[in-house]
Amino acid sequence: MSKARTSPWRSAAAHAVLIAYTAVALFPVLVIIINSFKTRQGIFRSPLSLPNAETFSLIGYETVLAQGDFFLYFQNSMIVTVVSLFCVLLFGAMAAFALAEYRFRGNSLMGLYLALGIMIPIRLGTVAILQLMVASGLVNTLTALILVYTAQGLPLAVFILSEFMRQVSDDLKNAGRIDGLSEYRIFFRLVLPLVRPAMATVAVFTMIPIWNDLWFPLILAPAEETKTITLGAQVFIGQFVTNWNAVLAALSLAILPVLILYLIFSRQLIRGITAGAVK
Amino acid sequence: MGSLTLQNIRKSFGATEVLKGIDLSVEDGEFVIFVGPSGCGKSTLLRVIAGLEDATSGHVLIEGQPVDHVPPAKRGIAMVFQSYALYPHLNVRDNMGLGLKQAGRPREEIRERVAAASHMLGLDDYLERRPAELSGGQRQRVAIGRAIVRNPKLFLFDEPLSNLDAALRVNTRLELARLHRDLTATMIYVTHDQVEAMTLGDRIVILNAGRIEQVGTPMELYNRPANLFVAGFIGSPKMNFVEAERLGQNGAKTLGVRPEHITVDPQSGDWKGSVIHVEHLGADTILYLDTEQAGLVTVRLFGEHRFAPDDILFVTPQPQRIYRFDADGRVMG
Repeated sequence: MSKARTSPWRSAAAHAVLIAYTAVALFPVLVIIINSFKTRQGIFRSPLSLPNAETFSLIGYETVLAQGDFFLYFQNSMIVTVVSLFCVLLFGAMAAFALAEYRFRGNSLMGLYLALGIMIPIRLGTVAILQLMVASGLVNTLTALILVYTAQGLPLAVFILSEFMRQVSDDLKNAGRIDGLSEYRIFFRLVLPLVRPAMATVAVFTMIPIWNDLWFPLILAPAEETKTITLGAQVFIGQFVTNWNAVLAALSLAILPVLILYLIFSRQLIRGITAGAVK
Repeated sequence: MGSLTLQNIRKSFGATEVLKGIDLSVEDGEFVIFVGPSGCGKSTLLRVIAGLEDATSGHVLIEGQPVDHVPPAKRGIAMVFQSYALYPHLNVRDNMGLGLKQAGRPREEIRERVAAASHMLGLDDYLERRPAELSGGQRQRVAIGRAIVRNPKLFLFDEPLSNLDAALRVNTRLELARLHRDLTATMIYVTHDQVEAMTLGDRIVILNAGRIEQVGTPMELYNRPANLFVAGFIGSPKMNFVEAERLGQNGAKTLGVRPEHITVDPQSGDWKGSVIHVEHLGADTILYLDTEQAGLVTVRLFGEHRFAPDDILFVTPQPQRIYRFDADGRVMG
């Protein structure tokens, strides 16, 4: 049994599968980044070759930085993503704590209601949302996007976090109550640190769709001063002519912030400090 | 330090009634054990006393004062949990001092009381460590220390030894007994282990299915059980029960005799049976016999004895040690 598990053939096969998958997943990203450093001719003549002395060019990045207000777009995307993420995690965790911790009439019904959003795509409500935003004067503001993304992220956050919070030891919470900690302190100081890996998972799953979304920025906030990076990159895609250098450069730049956020959260995914708290 | 009175405590979770009217009074300085099979409501009762659950009806009085609407932190209690429940982000010193800090006590006093408790429990070398860096026994001592530091009117223990291994359990049991003598504090202790109950308690409360079956000192419960449940629960190995009808005795429904109150003779006796299994424990020898008259009988003999399965033996219960139970399971006069 143990011999079979450590057999070099099996190990090699497993690695081969994983390496193949990694290559497939990373290939498009790699192609985008390679081509963003090439001239237009270079991109079309041989899209898969690395930039050489002849084809190397930063024209894409120059266009992106010169045309439009890309730093503003970046900033908008950052603000929307970070604030939405914060709201989703805070309110999601609070709702999850209430569902997991307190017995009250209609608890499971409330849980189902909060999780319903996972099954119903929020885009179905676009028209109503737009009417709502027009009526409340929030069109072309970042607030509109933050509100919509918070609503979009909450159902999954509540669902995942309440499952994890049920697993936090009751004894620990009760010990806190006997020591006179308020429910807020129990939530923030005892429970949240213990569900940090779950919070990181939720953060990653919430963050990426928000950063990549084109739909709501296009509908709710298409004005120049509220454009997000994905919407901003669209100016280079024309009906007849597309400035591929600029598109690829904009996309390459847009990967960076999510990558950094992901690296921050993925550390949390790996380690928790639960060990030794209970038992 | 603190007396405790429970008046007709009832607790239901939805339609299921977990506690069905508990009345009890605990004197100042007593060590009282709640014991019973799992699901009997003993932990729920402890949580009601602590204020972690609200009773559906009835009253809890600590030192004569009703505390039904007092939050746990203000009841003057301290609790030790089965899973220790130490705060993972705090070191031992802060774990022990958090309760006092929350109560707004001066830093100097907190330091003195933590130092006193850690000295009492031999934790002086570990004060700066996090719970993750301690062994199971050390964690349990920190949990006990956290309770001592609060200087409570009432100590509550919720199966504090069940996560420890056997050797450590005996040590910690001794330590708890010593602690109770030193602190002369009122302690309530929940366990499912009747040996812990018998060895630690001044008084034992036996719970079954949400009711109190009997309250008494360990020897009262052993010598004068009130009913079949208590007779079967206290004592190890379990008391032998025989249907009185099988033995041709009238009046009682069931007869009970403890394994240690049966004599064995190879020649003659009341019940004849063959040995099924023998357990040699050194100090004791435990025999399981299949008897013609009384069915399966367990016999506990002191010292070492040479018996083998399929030996034919005669056993005789000591007449003055036979308990008689009526049809409702109650002991008869």
